Formats: sequence, structure tokens, C-alpha cells
Amino acid sequence: MTPLLLSSFTATTCLGSGLAATRAALHAGSSGLQPCAFESVELPTWIGEVAAVDAQKLPEMLARYDCRNNRLTQLGLEADDFACAVRAAVGRYGRTRVGVFLGTSTAGILQTELAYRRRDPDSGALPDDFNYRATHNSFSLAEFTRDYFGLEGMAMAISTACSSSAKVFAAAARQLALGSIDAAIVGGVDSLCLTTLYGFASLQLTSQQPCRPYDAARDGISIGEGAAFALLERADRAAPGDILLLGAGESSDAYHMSSPHPEGLGARLAMEAALRSANLAVDAIDYINLHGTSTPANDAAEGKAVAALFADRVPCSSTKGATGHTLGAAGAVEAVICALALRDGFLPGSPGTVNADPQIPLQYLVHGRDGKLRHALSNSFGFGGSNCSLIFGVTP
Amino acid sequence: MNPTALSAWIDGIGFIAPGLPDWPTARAVLRSEQALTAAPSILPVPAILPPAERRRASRVVKLTLAIGLEAAAHAGADVATLSTVFAASGADGHNCHALCEQLATDDRQISPTRFHNSVHNAAAGYWGIATHAMAPCQVICAYDASFGAGLLDAIGELLLARQPVLLIAYDSEYPQPLHAKRDTPDCGGVALLLAPEKSERSLAGITVTPTTDAAETLADNGLESLRTSIPALRSLPLLQKLARAEAGPVCLDYLAPMQLAVTVQQC
Repeated sequence: MTPLLLSSFTATTCLGSGLAATRAALHAGSSGLQPCAFESVELPTWIGEVAAVDAQKLPEMLARYDCRNNRLTQLGLEADDFACAVRAAVGRYGRTRVGVFLGTSTAGILQTELAYRRRDPDSGALPDDFNYRATHNSFSLAEFTRDYFGLEGMAMAISTACSSSAKVFAAAARQLALGSIDAAIVGGVDSLCLTTLYGFASLQLTSQQPCRPYDAARDGISIGEGAAFALLERADRAAPGDILLLGAGESSDAYHMSSPHPEGLGARLAMEAALRSANLAVDAIDYINLHGTSTPANDAAEGKAVAALFADRVPCSSTKGATGHTLGAAGAVEAVICALALRDGFLPGSPGTVNADPQIPLQYLVHGRDGKLRHALSNSFGFGGSNCSLIFGVTP
Repeated sequence: MNPTALSAWIDGIGFIAPGLPDWPTARAVLRSEQALTAAPSILPVPAILPPAERRRASRVVKLTLAIGLEAAAHAGADVATLSTVFAASGADGHNCHALCEQLATDDRQISPTRFHNSVHNAAAGYWGIATHAMAPCQVICAYDASFGAGLLDAIGELLLARQPVLLIAYDSEYPQPLHAKRDTPDCGGVALLLAPEKSERSLAGITVTPTTDAAETLADNGLESLRTSIPALRSLPLLQKLARAEAGPVCLDYLAPMQLAVTVQQC
């Protein structure tokens, strides 16, 4: 693909809102995970909850969108002057030429879960103040974002579970390559809800401790929430030190709804497709941000796929021990982490991990370290066997 | 830069809607050769799924397999090799209702199968399991604009990869009490096998451009009601042109104020 410029980017997770907090935590090797005390949830698990989400007040004109997921969307958009960069792009290109491509797995389904507790005792009806379209529907965060900036062009939500906000980069890149748009707001937002907390627990995929990606004793995920965004434009505006999207690869496992292909076949296809898309060989990759959910099956399968392609030559880590698994936001959160790694020359480690699994022959970074990076690859895989790998670089 | 024309060839069509069990029936009704009869959508049992999944297959899984396989067969395409774009205004409404209902009680131990079937890409996941297709699979939601969003992404993918793409646009109903908030009446959808090059299989060519014109409506009240009540069927004015072998422009609803002008070229 033709390289694209990330002219602005930002991330809000349990590490904090914006790049400074994210960067400080990654360099310190600290984690934002806490024992779960979300809403009325009673589960022995740890979560990555974003502070002060519910303090966000949506503009009066957009009050119909009010729910935890869109409050988190707004908090994320306003961090690092990202919204200012979007408004400048709208000024440059016009309202119809800036597209919106956002990933999510559950959007604002928490709003529906709460509404089901307030059903009319006689009729069973949901309360009048419940707005399905603007809160629950998977498109709600994209429509909110489009309205927030007064945009009039194309918009879509991509919802492929935990690969959602990696795949938005690929979809936006296609429209930029074809000239349908001149800039794209890409990103992902997912917020804590009962469906995912109790759902992953039902699959016995949540750990009772903070997650330990790629650890020999790993035993499940810690669910997080997050909002991460990038503004994509054509790279003719790129200056030295700018971050570029160089390649994207997508594939399907065609294997099982909630288990990865045991040999990581789909994961390998996605990484190979990303390398082809970036026109890069395996030895050009200097860091891999693994999907690394910390379930026994995911890390084993992904490890096999990465080892088959890269052997143990490339330093790699999962940062989900820091942020938790932000599900539909994970692809965008980890794209931003790759961008920071490239910009800072710092390879993040894996908070929570003590003993990297000796059965997985990778150069796994338990602790972060300095290092010069040219290219970073990020993996995101989701339920339904949906895989996406992205490659980022830095302008010399 | 000068935009690339968003053009594709339609090689196959699959269709299910209330009273319209397949594309040949829909084609006859759109050609005014037979009347639309009011009837619930018929969702065939997906013989392609392994027996365990077949028994548990939900309505959206049956719907998407039926229309996707119909379009691929119409085009003579091998589903195992096809990239897919799924576009849906919502996920499995019955499954969602069951989860929300249980999470509102004191017993929140939901079923793991219900949970993995709750993802927006559940139908796409079962499509992969059924067809063994490891090619890229996209799953989009744009509420009422989902058909247009899927069409734009599918054409983008086929132009850049120079490979056929199967677009599967579909919707399903929510039971009460969500039905009162989102009143999609029944299952319905359209699948289009889109190709970058014209072939002996091609039925028509299309070129999509943005516009702010009003969408074309359908003269038949029953068909117009399907167009406005099932988001995937915002495609019906285009399908009517294809059914009638007409060339020329047709405007489809997308995302206000942006609409899609589709110019149809007959083979």
C-alpha cells in the first residue's frame, strides 16, 4: 500500500488519558489494572477501568448519545488536542472529505443492560429515555464522532470483536488510496459492560489475578476499556520523525467462534499479508506488539505463528498487562503504543509477566528497553477468527 | 488526487426478504411479473454447516449462509477462496435480548455460547467455519446506512486487491422490548458477488459516486415498505434496475446528507 501519515494520534486507557500518561506508564513498566469494582459486578477478576469517564458531559445538541461508551469516546477525542487536529483537517479538506472508521465490540450495550433493570413492571417496556440507536447500536460511536465534528461524508463502524480497531486502518487506507476521502478518523472505543465481564468469565477466560501475557503460568485476560484514535492522511505532508502506516494484512481462521486456530494459521496469514502490503521482508521488523491476551490458547497459537515467520530474532511483547484487554479498542490502542515506540526508540515490556513461557520460542520482552526501531508490527485477533496485522514506520 | 472510479461488475445475486424467498422470486416481483405476497422470511437450514453448528444455527447465520451461497452459486464462484464484506445494522437480536434479560436478574451466569454468539461478527464467523474461507472478512455496521457502507468497502477492496468480493448485507429483528426501540420487522438481506473485471458471468456493471440527491423509491407499496424497514433493502432500487435489465443512474439512501448514485451498465 501507499504509506499514510498518522498526522495526530492519541490513546486513553486505564494508564491515563493521552500520550504523556501512556508513555510514562510504558517507560515505568507500570500497570493500570485494579481489582474489579465496576458497577454492580461481582467477579474475582482485575480490570483496566478509565478514570472519570462518567464525569464527561456531552454537548447538549448530542445529548441523545449520552452513555459510558460515548463519554469515553469524547474523553479520548479531546486528549492530546486530537479534536483540534481533526478540525484543522476538516478545514483543509471539507466536511465531506474526512471519513470516520471506528472499531468496537460492544459499543454502548451497557446502556441496554441498565435499561433492562428499569423495564415497566406491567408491560415489560424499556424506559422512554433509552435510545437504542445512539447508545447500543454498534454504529453509535461512529455516528457520534461524525456529528461531533459536523462531518457529512462516509462513516462506518467495524465490529469484528477484538480485531475491530486494527481493521479500521485497513478500511480507511483503501478509501484514501482510491481518493474517496482526503483524511480519516480511525480508532476504536470499547467500554466496560456486564456482557463482556460475565461473558469472558463464562468462557473461563478471565484471570483472577492481573493478566500475565506469555507467562508460563498465564491463566486468562484482564478486561480493560479504552479510546484510541489516529488521523490518517496521505504521506506527502510527512516530516522527519512522523509516524506512517506502511502495511495492513487481514485474514480469517475459519476454525472456531471463540478459540484461535491452534497452529496460528490465520495469524500467520495476516502477518504475511501485512508484510506484502508494506513491501517489507521479515528482517525489516524491529518490534512486534503481540495480541498476547494472556489466555493459554491465544498466546500459544500466536507464539507459533510469530516464531514460524520471525524465529526469535524480533523483540516482542504484549502490553495488555498494562492496559488490560481493551477488546474492540485494542487494535487502535496498540497502534498508538507502536507509534510511541517508534517515536521514542523504546520497546515496551510486559507488566505482570514474570517468567516468559519457555515453550514459546520468541524474544519476549518482560521488561522494556531502549532500542532504535525502523518498523513495528501490531497483531490483533478476534472471536469469529478475525485477524489483522498492521505495520508502522517512522519517517527518517 | 483524482478519485478512482468506484466501479465493479455484479456476477451473482442472493436475496431473502419477507415474501421473497430467493433472487428468482424477487426478480420476478421487481419485474412486475408476479405480485409480492405478505409472508414471513423463509430461512433454509444450512446443510453446509457441521451438524452441531447446524442444530444451533441462529436466524442471522441461516440468513447470511443462504444469501451468500446463492450469490456465489449464481456467479459460479468458489466460496472457499472469496473475500467477504458483511454489513448489518445489528447483531443477533434474540441472543442480545436473552443476554440482557439474564444480566438484569440475580443470576448473571450467562451461557458461553450465547456470549460468543453475541458479537456483531458471529454470522461472519460461522460463514468462515462453513466455507473454510481464510481470506479477509470485513464486518461493518452503519445503522440504516449499512448497505451503502458495505458496498463502499467491498468495492474498495476489490479494486485494490483485484479479486472478487462477496458483499453480504443483512438485518434481523429484535424481540420485545427492544423491538419497540428498533422495529426491523423480520430477517432480510442481499448478497452481491462483485468482481473487478467483466466476465461471461457478469450481469451488469455499477459505478458508485457520492451525491446529495433523494433516493429513488419503489412504486409498489409493499416493496417500498421493505426498502424503508429493512436497512439492507435500501438496495432495492438498484436490484429493480438489475431485475429489469435497465441501464442508467439510480440513487440509494446512505448516510444523510451523503447518498450513493449508482450508475448501472448492462452487459
